[in-house]
Amino acid sequence: MPTQTKSKPILEVEELSISFAQYTSGLRQSSLKVIADLSVSVCPGEIVAVVGSSGSGKSLLAHAILGILPGNAAISGSIRFAGQKLTAEYQEAIRGREIALIPQSVNYLDPLMQVGKQVRNAAKIARGSSPDRAAARKIQREAFARYNLAPEVERLLPFQLSGGMARRVLVATALVSSARLVIADEPTPGLDDAAVRETLGCFRELADQGRGVLLITHDIETALEIADRIAVFYAGTTVEVAPVQDFSGGGEALRHPYTKALWRSLPKNDFAPIPGFQPHPNALPEGCLFQPRCPMATPECTAGRPEMRAVREGMVRCIHAS
Amino acid sequence: MLLEASEIGFRYSKNQWVLRGVSVAIRSGEVVGLIGPSGCGKTTLGRILAGYERPHEGSVALDGKALPATGYHPVQLVFQHPEKAVNPRWRMRKTLAEGGGPDEQLLAALGIQEEWLSRWPNELSGGELQRFCVARALRPQTRFLIADEMTAMLDGITQAQIWHAVLDYARKQEMGVLVVSHEKSLINRLCTRVVDLTQFC
Amino acid sequence: MNRRQITLITTFCAAILLIGVVVGGLTLGEERLSTNLDIRNASPSLEHPFGTDHLGRDMLTRTLKGLTVSIGVGVIAAAASAAIALVLGMLAATMGKAVDAAISWLIDLFLGVPHLVALILISFTLGGGLKGVVAGIALTHWPSLARIIRAEVMQLRSAEYVQISRRLGKSRWWVASRHILPHLFPQLLVGLVLLFPHAILHEASISFLGFGLSPHQPAIGIILSESMRYLTSGMWWLAFFPGISLLIIVRAFDTLGDNLRLLTDPHRAHQ
Repeated sequence: MPTQTKSKPILEVEELSISFAQYTSGLRQSSLKVIADLSVSVCPGEIVAVVGSSGSGKSLLAHAILGILPGNAAISGSIRFAGQKLTAEYQEAIRGREIALIPQSVNYLDPLMQVGKQVRNAAKIARGSSPDRAAARKIQREAFARYNLAPEVERLLPFQLSGGMARRVLVATALVSSARLVIADEPTPGLDDAAVRETLGCFRELADQGRGVLLITHDIETALEIADRIAVFYAGTTVEVAPVQDFSGGGEALRHPYTKALWRSLPKNDFAPIPGFQPHPNALPEGCLFQPRCPMATPECTAGRPEMRAVREGMVRCIHAS
Repeated sequence: MLLEASEIGFRYSKNQWVLRGVSVAIRSGEVVGLIGPSGCGKTTLGRILAGYERPHEGSVALDGKALPATGYHPVQLVFQHPEKAVNPRWRMRKTLAEGGGPDEQLLAALGIQEEWLSRWPNELSGGELQRFCVARALRPQTRFLIADEMTAMLDGITQAQIWHAVLDYARKQEMGVLVVSHEKSLINRLCTRVVDLTQFC
Repeated sequence: MNRRQITLITTFCAAILLIGVVVGGLTLGEERLSTNLDIRNASPSLEHPFGTDHLGRDMLTRTLKGLTVSIGVGVIAAAASAAIALVLGMLAATMGKAVDAAISWLIDLFLGVPHLVALILISFTLGGGLKGVVAGIALTHWPSLARIIRAEVMQLRSAEYVQISRRLGKSRWWVASRHILPHLFPQLLVGLVLLFPHAILHEASISFLGFGLSPHQPAIGIILSESMRYLTSGMWWLAFFPGISLLIIVRAFDTLGDNLRLLTDPHRAHQ
């Protein structure tokens, strides 16, 4: 799909849609499409950031790739990992081995297990059957040393860690897993500048080892610092995928009017918001999803939902983009 | 009016002081930034100013008088996660009314749609919920607003929308604002003065 | 069919069953219970679907009347137990450390003693009979629900929206009645429904053991304990039908309670 990358993508998500069965009134169940026709890809050695506002459902992308959506969710479209279609069995087989998740919250750590042991367990799972204690310990110690975690830390329980340390333990877990794809879901909130920089450095390192990193975040400034490409998420889909260099100046190089508006709204730029709000999944507008708020909207924009198409070095879902 | 915290000391357990000897003063109409590394007590200081915690040392005063322990608190705090700050079993209309009758002009400025009022919290996005939390806190009796990472979880456009509405309101009502944030560009954009807690760490 | 519909149907069936039993128990005439030695120890027939006992009394009528008594005892005792749980749970969570420690100690004490033993002791002390059984069940079944309510209230009290409400000038009472109680209601309902089968089973067991209702009352426990004497002589219907009926009622309520719990669990409510 993307023309600008040299190697074959490790992850290809095409036209992914996720709907949830919900009770609307009393006994009737209807389905609500939260993600529609989302496409994104990640190549080895590359960090791709999916940027969208919180509560917009972008975490569902991570859950869909890992196969951990709740029971009332239904998905369509295709997800390919290393060229192979991800089925439920395949997901089960490679989860934690080939694909690692750095979750949003430290609550994902086992609260009653020493963190060193948790990292060793991840190392064992990644290396299959024979649990070699000494080898796992060595791998864990190296990972801790790399992320500036003191040797004593391995005997601490999760609640004894500071936010930054817990985050580094989660990253260490991904590092030892030998995963070829690392998905990080909102990894930075609650961290101060130094800790954010440190965490981001860890991601760059993971990518430089030849892994693909999919970073899901609401924080575009963080994403810009580290990612190679940015996928902009709006109203349940990706409206633009752009190389990070395009986010500069007045945003002239950007393709989609929403991305431009988002860029201009940042405090370091104009801090000037456009009016309106993102439409709800049950009240999507006709045609282009951004058309009601778009300064460039024309009658053609209401005719149909624009397809994702390649424009310059990126992808865009807008008929006016050039 | 002057909101003054002097020589504040606070600890969660014995001998582990989160804050010690911290003094801050904010005047009406001022927008002050509060920065410092994580874990240095920014959030705790905000909670003390808004009456959520009682300091172990020092005092908080509004125009020299102690703040009321019951009744409407003139210093209101808006939290980072709006999902936790609204009752999940209440429709938004009820949540909004908890602070008093809604101010139509303010709702319009914050971009709150009439139809959102009859929704449940889980039917709204984080950005939409936060607009409600801000509207609920901005009453005529509110003399100071503490914004603790108020827009940290929101997208840039929503962040800018909310802040424009809040600054506008603060200017008209002569309300003081304390902006707690780790985002330098936001602090630079909003604040006339910055308090750095780094020295107290 | 989705789960809400299934739950609704289960609720409906359980309600029909319950009403049927109670209506049957209250309307069936006493004449079917009078001694009639001509038809003593008859096996099940169209005339007497559950058979008759050694005095010629119709077992169907006895079973229905017995279940009616059990359901009555169950409802009163479970409601009283839930009320105790609510009050103690709320007090423990709101009245400070000393009260919390005292109530938690009481909860541990009651959970530490087997239900049946405490039940027999209380019922026996109060002189047995209907009053003793109801009081015994009410006083022994509240601890686990009280513990759940205590934990729930503590969590709610520290919730941000509850703390905000206080800073907006709302009184303690206002917060408790508008924010906290409505949250507890589903928990309480589920707890009540799940207490119900326990109460019935325990009523039957202590009556069976002879510490509960008096032998003159048509309780299921009495019927079952009487029938034990005739089991060896091949009169299986004396124990079989009353026992099965009891089991069905208890199972129905258990299923109902479980379904309600799943529906009120926000993580799974939409499945």
